[in-house]
Amino acid sequence: MTAGAVSINLLLVVGLLLLIAIRGLGHFWPADILEYQYRDQDGRNSVIIGEEVDESLLHEAQAREAGFEVLNGAEYLHKYLVKTGNRDILGSDFRWILDQYIREKSTPDDLIAVERREWGNFYGRLLAVKQNGETIATGEQAWPVAGEKLAKALDLFDEIDRLQNKDVGAVNYNLERLRLKQRALELKNQWDDAKSREFAAQKQAYEEQYKVIQTQLSQLNREIKTYSIVVSEAGGREINIPLNRVVKLTRPNAMSVLDKAVEYVKNFKAFITEDPREANTEGGIFPAIFGTVLMVMLMAVVVTPFGVIAAVYLREYAKQGFITRIIRIAVNNLAGVPSIVYGVFGLGFFVYIIGGNIDRIFFPEAAPAPVFGTPGLLWASLTLALLTLPVVIVATEEGLSRIPKSIREGSLALGATKAETLWRTVLPMASPAIMTGLILAVARAAGEVAPLMLVGVVKLAPTLPLDGNFPYLHLDRKFMHLGFHIYDVGFQSPNVEAARPLVYATSLLLVMVIVGLNMFAIAVRNNLREKYRALEN
Amino acid sequence: MSEPQSPAAKSTLLQLSSSDAYQRWRLLKDKIVAKAVVIGGLSIILAIVLIFFYLLYVVFPLLLSSSAEAVSRYDAPEPAMGSTVFLSMEEQNEIGVRFTDTGKAIFFAVADGQVNRVVDLPIPEGARITSHAHGGVDKGIIVYGLSDGRALVVRHEYKLSYPGGKRLITPSISYPLGTEPTLVDNNGQALDKITVKVGDKNSSFLAKTADNRLLFLTLVKKESLFDDEVSWERNDAVVDMTAGDVDFMLLDKEFRNLYLAGRGGDLTVVDVSDKANPVIKHKINVMQQGGEITSMEFLNGDISLLIGDSRGGLAQWTIVRDKQNHYSVRKLRGFKVSDAPIVTINPEQRRKGLLAVDANGTMGIYNTTAEREVIREKVVDAKPLAVTLSPRANAFLLQSENGKIEHWQVENPHPEVSWSSLWQKVWYESYAEPDYIWQSSAASNDFEPKMSLTPLVFGTLKASFYAMLVAIPLALFGAIYTGYFMAPGMRQYVKPGIEIMGALPTVILGFLAGLWLAPFVEMHLTGIFALLMVVPLGVMIFAYIWQHLPKTIRNKVPDGWDAIVLIPVIILCGWLAFAASPFIEELCFGGDLRAWMRNEFGIGYDQRNTLVVGLAMGFAVIPMVFSIAEDAIFSVPKHLTTGSLALGATPWQTLAKVVILTASPGIFSAVMIGLGRAVGETMIVLMATGNTPVMDISIFQGLRTLSANIAVEMPEAEVNSTHYRVLFLAALVLFMFTFIVNSLAELVRQNLRQKYSSL
Repeated sequence: MTAGAVSINLLLVVGLLLLIAIRGLGHFWPADILEYQYRDQDGRNSVIIGEEVDESLLHEAQAREAGFEVLNGAEYLHKYLVKTGNRDILGSDFRWILDQYIREKSTPDDLIAVERREWGNFYGRLLAVKQNGETIATGEQAWPVAGEKLAKALDLFDEIDRLQNKDVGAVNYNLERLRLKQRALELKNQWDDAKSREFAAQKQAYEEQYKVIQTQLSQLNREIKTYSIVVSEAGGREINIPLNRVVKLTRPNAMSVLDKAVEYVKNFKAFITEDPREANTEGGIFPAIFGTVLMVMLMAVVVTPFGVIAAVYLREYAKQGFITRIIRIAVNNLAGVPSIVYGVFGLGFFVYIIGGNIDRIFFPEAAPAPVFGTPGLLWASLTLALLTLPVVIVATEEGLSRIPKSIREGSLALGATKAETLWRTVLPMASPAIMTGLILAVARAAGEVAPLMLVGVVKLAPTLPLDGNFPYLHLDRKFMHLGFHIYDVGFQSPNVEAARPLVYATSLLLVMVIVGLNMFAIAVRNNLREKYRALEN
Repeated sequence: MSEPQSPAAKSTLLQLSSSDAYQRWRLLKDKIVAKAVVIGGLSIILAIVLIFFYLLYVVFPLLLSSSAEAVSRYDAPEPAMGSTVFLSMEEQNEIGVRFTDTGKAIFFAVADGQVNRVVDLPIPEGARITSHAHGGVDKGIIVYGLSDGRALVVRHEYKLSYPGGKRLITPSISYPLGTEPTLVDNNGQALDKITVKVGDKNSSFLAKTADNRLLFLTLVKKESLFDDEVSWERNDAVVDMTAGDVDFMLLDKEFRNLYLAGRGGDLTVVDVSDKANPVIKHKINVMQQGGEITSMEFLNGDISLLIGDSRGGLAQWTIVRDKQNHYSVRKLRGFKVSDAPIVTINPEQRRKGLLAVDANGTMGIYNTTAEREVIREKVVDAKPLAVTLSPRANAFLLQSENGKIEHWQVENPHPEVSWSSLWQKVWYESYAEPDYIWQSSAASNDFEPKMSLTPLVFGTLKASFYAMLVAIPLALFGAIYTGYFMAPGMRQYVKPGIEIMGALPTVILGFLAGLWLAPFVEMHLTGIFALLMVVPLGVMIFAYIWQHLPKTIRNKVPDGWDAIVLIPVIILCGWLAFAASPFIEELCFGGDLRAWMRNEFGIGYDQRNTLVVGLAMGFAVIPMVFSIAEDAIFSVPKHLTTGSLALGATPWQTLAKVVILTASPGIFSAVMIGLGRAVGETMIVLMATGNTPVMDISIFQGLRTLSANIAVEMPEAEVNSTHYRVLFLAALVLFMFTFIVNSLAELVRQNLRQKYSSL
């Protein structure tokens, strides 16, 4: 009986990991596009093109309850969920179709999937490629030509993107800094004519820069709009898609397994390195990864010294007694306080009290816009540092307790002070334990979402907290986070069904990182134990 | 550790660096480090105390009592211009206005009564003012009824400007229906009583004429397409009732109901949804305990009536719709100001509060939702004439018969919170009966915030209960097996394996619970229940068979590795449960369990329900409970168990009588810590329930927990508002709960550790 419980637990863990792995990994595999000849209950014939995403068996009674007609006295109603794409034409990306009405199913080689920047995927057939409205390739030649022109359009798009975000962003940032400087001088009553001229000149220079970029941009924009492709959808309608709206063109049915594997790797790389599109439901998750890593790193910088000092106090300095008992209770309570309470505390104390005062003292020129008096990266890191403090303390303490007393005594006997013993012998020996604690803390912080929702995570941050503009690291900025990304896309997005594979993929990534970190920490710990066992003997 | 340094060591060091300064520096460094470490260690206590006190610091203003104090007192400005019929003041509490019975509007400085501006209202020659009323305190509308059957509607307005960086408020009077008085009575009789409501599109008058007719006039705005000219379409109607005993008249801002009351207490509600045809809906006597009505006003929102009586009582009445869709006028609650008659009632403009004044000059401020007397104080010794509460309800002006105006300040930031409004049933406006409801905000200004924490606490406990129901058996049985029976070789992998499960981010568990498990459970509800029966049964049958298998097979599995053998059995049982579920469903429930439950028992089914939360959160709690309980069981000293076995007890007897008994404090603390975790868990409940704050014990309904509520509402709560502080209170409740549970668990564990070390 008790063995059964263990087995169930193990099955649950493995099952869960497998579920996430399968669903998450499947996301990147280029799925075949099917063409269905369909005759619905009213006898209308239609053609449906799309990817088969899901299927479900409904028991006959349940199906009738749900309002379906079950043909031929079948015991089950077989349904398929088909991703038909073409949201701009059909109104939604997905459609349930019934197996009993499908007359024919095929996978013709010439079906293409067009990944667009807006409106999701398009499925259909490629008819022609156009340049400035004139057809330059049709039929079989259209495919290679389209690929070639798309590559060019993508290059242009990257260029435009770089100009818009980096260069224009930098100019705007500088102009804003100029405005704040001016306001600060005004507040200090140091604003005079000389300064005014100086600032006007600087402003002029930035505006010149801006104009130059603008002309470049309009030039590129004209260029990128040259090419377009003509495609036909399942219903036979012809549609013109400009290539600047296209991210990728694929013909999955014509691909070999090897091609698909290559495509798979490409998709995965894009997922990791690209920005999200379409309200986060498409594209990559790079800003979320970046935000998570940066936040966790800042947190680690804060939490390590505090955690280690507390552990050193408990193990090396304090007399074991009432105080240490109280501290242990406090540590356990810190570990047990619900994370959302940390969020509330962080919001109220860090953001409004500390941040609000920082703003009042150091950034009066920005008022009424808050700088640090609003949720942001710094506060999120501090809140999580507080939250993960017990993890570091417990792990470090364990490490310290495993260091044989003889080593400390040896050091002291050689004349070192207690601080020197600590710094030169004890801490270096305990460093793997500290590392373990830190890794566990990082794993915990990377997966924590509830407090972050209150202290600085947003669904879409316009800029990364680290960029090329002085002072480079912007602690006051809001950031994106993998865990929150999962919550947001899975539950708050307008198109949950379309985003689901992406959420699974994100989950998989997060789980891999966290499980990996944990395994690593466990391995380090075990290794350490072995080492000290050897030392003791 | 604090051994003095041996002379030999000292001399070597001296050779290395012979300067005394260096030695002193070393010792100093040592001291500094020691101090820093002590401070660092103690700061852990500081952190937890800081969190607690900070939460308390934010919550504390909710508990503070409110206060009111006199600021200034002065003669009413321009006393020669007639006596006050209406007082008012603007948002910033700078400018007040006094409307007189001679048709003058006198604006004055609130601080000292200095006249700012006097406006002569355009009362036509030959007409006298016979009645007056306000058209909603928050609208700034005043209506004067005239002796020739006409009525003049005026509005007092304030314009803010900042000439030279200083705030300047300029008062003015406007005429929303034109400077020409509106003809209300076509017969030209004097208007003895009047009330008005001015809307964007239409405006309505209700008037009682000198010859006792009740007229209801509606004007609908017609805007010409070509020029700015505005014309009014009239709609005259007569309310068919004896007007003689009507002393108080009110019209709600939705233009739906008229409320007419006589001194004797007869309240009549007239439905005027059809403007041409008023229909009497309800008649009730509200003064059955005796006494007379002396004052009647709307509470903010125009849904409830506030009725003040001659015995100093104050009651809130409203139209209530019960479950059978019957409407009736009901008294929600009453207050007692004093024994003297209530003279005037002044509703707050943004909250469900009011200020009432009695004939002896005692003022009381009340909040209806919290059913709370916030302040009661004697303001003046004379009989009050008129009173006004400022728009932000932080000051009031009171003019009494002695011609003085009293200017008071009110400090009353959180009147809506009381013990009863947070934890008990409250009868809210437009509800059939008192209930526990959490509904903290809405778009409109006159919304009644419903901040009962009871449904949230209930939801929290309900979710934790089902989570523990799932987690305790799995975790504890697992821990017992792992800690007591399992072979060390296997334990080495199993324990970290299950602990990794605890490291999984809850956002992922929540996401799977909401998007994968919830639809899955909905589709395979019978299968889930079948699983609960089939799996334990299957394991037991298998164990029985296993006992009777020939030794040769049994010996192939080493001792303590039985769990491996069980894995295929459980998979098989699970598959069996789901495979058999359609047949069971067909056989017992007519093919659809959910439809069957709905039809037979009326149990509704939410897709994201407590069952799903229980499973997902149970999963999240298992590792923590497992890990701590397993530690406790594993560290039961070996000589106890071997002793028991040596004395002839079977392994099972040893387990039940020795191991579990010895480890029971550890197991207890494991369960406590698990409970603390379940109570505070946010993401899973946020994603796997519908977040509906309902109080329903059904396992198939959604819920909302304290933590999820904070996560949902905190980002939009205005800083330092009542809502914000109540959310902090929710956090404080969570904190206290987990603090108690965790401290208890930790104390038990520390004692256990000492016991083991002494054994």
